[in-house]
Amino acid sequence: MGRFDGVDVRPGYFDEMHGDGTELRRPYRNYDEWFSQEDPRRLLKKSADAEALFRRTGITFNVYGSEEGDERLIPFDIVPRIIAAREWARIERGIEQRVRAINAFLHDIYHRQEILRAGRIPTGVIADNDAFLPEMIGFTPPGGVYTHIVGTDLVRTDDNDFYVLEDNARTPSGVSYMLENRETMLQMFPELFVKSRVRPVAEYPRDLRTSLAAAAPHGTVGRPVVAVLTPGIHNSAYFEHAFLADQMGAELVEGHDLSVVDGRVAMRTTEGPEPIDVLYRRVDDAYLDPLTFRPDSQLGVPGVMDVYRSGGITIANAPGTGIADDKAVYSYMPEIIDFYTGEKPLLQNVPTWRCSEPDSLGYVLEHLAELVVKEVHGSGGYGMLVGPAASKREIARFTRKLKAKPANYIAQPTLALSTVPILTRNGLAPRHVDLRPFALVAPNNIRITPGGLTRVAMKRGSLVVNSSQGGGTKDTWVMED
Amino acid sequence: MRLNISHTTTYRYASPVRYGLQELRLRPRDETTQTVVGWEITVDGGAHELSFDDHYGNRVELVSLTPGATETTITARGEVDTLDTAGVATKHLGHTALWFYLRATERTVVGKGVRRFCDLVRDESDDVNRLHSLSSRIRDDVAYRPGESDVASSAEDAIDAGAGVCQDHAHIFIAAARNLGYSARYVSGYLLLANTVEQDASHAWAEAWIDGLGWVGFDVSNGISPDDRYVRVATGLDYRAAAPIRGVTYGAGEETLEVELQVQAGSGGQQ
Repeated sequence: MGRFDGVDVRPGYFDEMHGDGTELRRPYRNYDEWFSQEDPRRLLKKSADAEALFRRTGITFNVYGSEEGDERLIPFDIVPRIIAAREWARIERGIEQRVRAINAFLHDIYHRQEILRAGRIPTGVIADNDAFLPEMIGFTPPGGVYTHIVGTDLVRTDDNDFYVLEDNARTPSGVSYMLENRETMLQMFPELFVKSRVRPVAEYPRDLRTSLAAAAPHGTVGRPVVAVLTPGIHNSAYFEHAFLADQMGAELVEGHDLSVVDGRVAMRTTEGPEPIDVLYRRVDDAYLDPLTFRPDSQLGVPGVMDVYRSGGITIANAPGTGIADDKAVYSYMPEIIDFYTGEKPLLQNVPTWRCSEPDSLGYVLEHLAELVVKEVHGSGGYGMLVGPAASKREIARFTRKLKAKPANYIAQPTLALSTVPILTRNGLAPRHVDLRPFALVAPNNIRITPGGLTRVAMKRGSLVVNSSQGGGTKDTWVMED
Repeated sequence: MRLNISHTTTYRYASPVRYGLQELRLRPRDETTQTVVGWEITVDGGAHELSFDDHYGNRVELVSLTPGATETTITARGEVDTLDTAGVATKHLGHTALWFYLRATERTVVGKGVRRFCDLVRDESDDVNRLHSLSSRIRDDVAYRPGESDVASSAEDAIDAGAGVCQDHAHIFIAAARNLGYSARYVSGYLLLANTVEQDASHAWAEAWIDGLGWVGFDVSNGISPDDRYVRVATGLDYRAAAPIRGVTYGAGEETLEVELQVQAGSGGQQ
């Protein structure tokens, strides 16, 4: 095994390329062969080229909570994350099962609420939850689809163990990175794709359009008109909104471009108002319609909820889907899957302590140094405590927060996230990763793009992969059989 | 009893409207306590866009304002036959669960004032007595006096002021009833008055869910439970959810509002 002398892995963590450091895992064989013949200096140069490419394309990311206008690049690492066909088949089935269950749950929770009547979820979890949107009660979205796009966050801890971290059923972002990362890799290393049979991801925008169009309102005539609603240029994901609209051949609109005309939502065009059939909105529920939700919203479309409720437009994702990816509801996902599909979950849920329960709170307070604590309604890695990496002071601060508002928090064990090597000046070095594949839900099918967004913690030893916390991305390869 | 109702709301704008929408909850429906004989809604200075049933079962009509208009007039008129059911309004219908009506809203937040009312009636012998007692305590302590509150006032605001209108009475009752564990909701509608046909505002009262009875109405301002002089039009968690008219206007500047309402007993209907 001389070949593996000097292979860098983190003891105790599964490395997707090198396992425990004594092997080269099968999906990486071709890549490794190519890599070992490359001049490291050439690769580092390529890596710098990739960054320049991203800058030119305009992919930047505005970090929430940092100085205003601080736009910076999300680091891109040129070593792909490679997933074998059989591994992917499992992930795909698991996500499909989950997405199906989530849509069934949403329909139920906004209609008969059988799952509450059956006592499988305590009513309080829904009743006291701001993500439960009363305006959706008794209403069925066109085609019965609630979550047109889902970006399930997965982590891997071993050869066979995948966990779902979050279901991201509201407005998952990041798909533009999946597409741009692949595009960049294809440009820089075309030879790699000749050698390895990597499944393409480029169909995503077309599939997205097809999938959204299939969920157009009943009675839509001709080719459905799809528009992407963005909060505007100051939004951190504006690039993605513009990119997806462009790739789908859809209009990119802001709230002030739209008005209610003849009972429909229409956009201004030079030939007069044109009604929109499907609105792919990247504006949060609370800001979507000042007539129905926050009256002070400047980003939304007054009356869009009324048009929606009278059947005149499809909103993707449906308002109120947040009740399915709320962190308190997350802890009931195994129940939800069992209740609606009658199956055992194919992907594991991370064991979760609900701090609203006194016993759990007690346990969590005693074990803060080992646990990850998250805000029930938080996202993006904000307001989160990673026990093992936290200082005494941070732990003390969280103890106070937990005691003050226990129901605001859940806690989970710190998972041993797998690593994938990144390219550094000193060669390959392991970094922790997660994976966000994208599922498209149409009335009659669920399509999961083979690939996804691999986020990577660029700092050695760090388990936080969020781009807002300095994480980077990788191209994600799903291999043909 | 047959009631004839004509309800006209006129908005006048300081400058011509650029764009505007109004959501109307002005259409009574057939229910246990009432049958709608005929009803129409007309709009001057605006156009009907769409209609749908909201999650409370209210019929909602969306109207767009005519760009350039300086005045919009919305008229709802018709005839409704009503029954006296001793305050018991309805069974529970639709998918909105009873637990939902325990939710506090901005206008029904519980504070010191609401809690005091709860403490005063907690020991009453049963649900009906407790809620009637609540209603009369509110009526005793918070005088009916227009001009002391506005559409944004909360239950606590009105208790602090010691005065309010039917809307405030309903909010206090709802907030307290929920705090006592009863599902409760706001009702907007019309009331036949004994001495006058002309009224300057539509009416509002509250309903609480009593197991075994159903939704029971409490008109705090008048100290009674609704009878055949009442027409239910819309319900919701609070005023904002059940408001007869709610909207957004752009470019209209200052806006003034005038309401003309006539409620009178007509001929026909069941006695």
